[in-house]
Amino acid sequence: MTGPVTIRIQETDFDVAHEIAGLTKGRTDIGAVVSFSGICRGDEDSARISALTLEHYPGMAEEEIGRHVDEATSRWPLDGVTIIHRVGRITPGENIVLVVTASQHRQAAFEAAEFLMDYLKTSAPFWKKEESAAGTGWVEAHARDDEAAARWTKS
Amino acid sequence: MKLKYFAWVRERIGTAEETVEPPASVRTVEELIAWLSGRSEAYAYAFEKPKVIRAAIDHAHVRPDAAIAGAREIAFFPPMTGG
Repeated sequence: MTGPVTIRIQETDFDVAHEIAGLTKGRTDIGAVVSFSGICRGDEDSARISALTLEHYPGMAEEEIGRHVDEATSRWPLDGVTIIHRVGRITPGENIVLVVTASQHRQAAFEAAEFLMDYLKTSAPFWKKEESAAGTGWVEAHARDDEAAARWTKS
Repeated sequence: MKLKYFAWVRERIGTAEETVEPPASVRTVEELIAWLSGRSEAYAYAFEKPKVIRAAIDHAHVRPDAAIAGAREIAFFPPMTGG
């Protein structure tokens, strides 16, 4: 890894363009940047959601993300990674999470971003609580997310 | 050792963290869950489906058969739903 790694957990929103520029500024060796933004939906399984509240495990969340960034950088030739995860109350249309990967070529950047996102969903200690007209309740984990993460362990 | 609870595990138990001194016979994460479950109705409710509960020792995920000896901080929480 020849570039910066940034991992931030914050209540405030982030600016995607600003974060991408931060990874590539002053560099001429990066040929590909992939960014993934996770955004709060206004409905889940046809039920209207008024807000999500994200809880996390301070300390472990940063360390767990860091372990997956280390694994990503050992698997792909990356030149920079930025991961931002918001916590607190988030309303539909707002950003929740950002993953930015930079590399010389697009395949590494695409694959590493997908790998990091799959593991963020299944192994980083964050939990979502939904608010709707029916009340509030914790979001249940989806088997499809476990399956998405598991494919990276297959040869 | 310090215990931490998150999401609905925290809500059911009614506290985010506490310090406990389990007996020496409690050696693994699953034995700790069983011991905690015997403390009160609230703990029994939080751990009613122990297979669903995830655990971490000193900020790293562990399996139910992981040894707890030497752990500074053990956390219990539901499957994660971030991202």
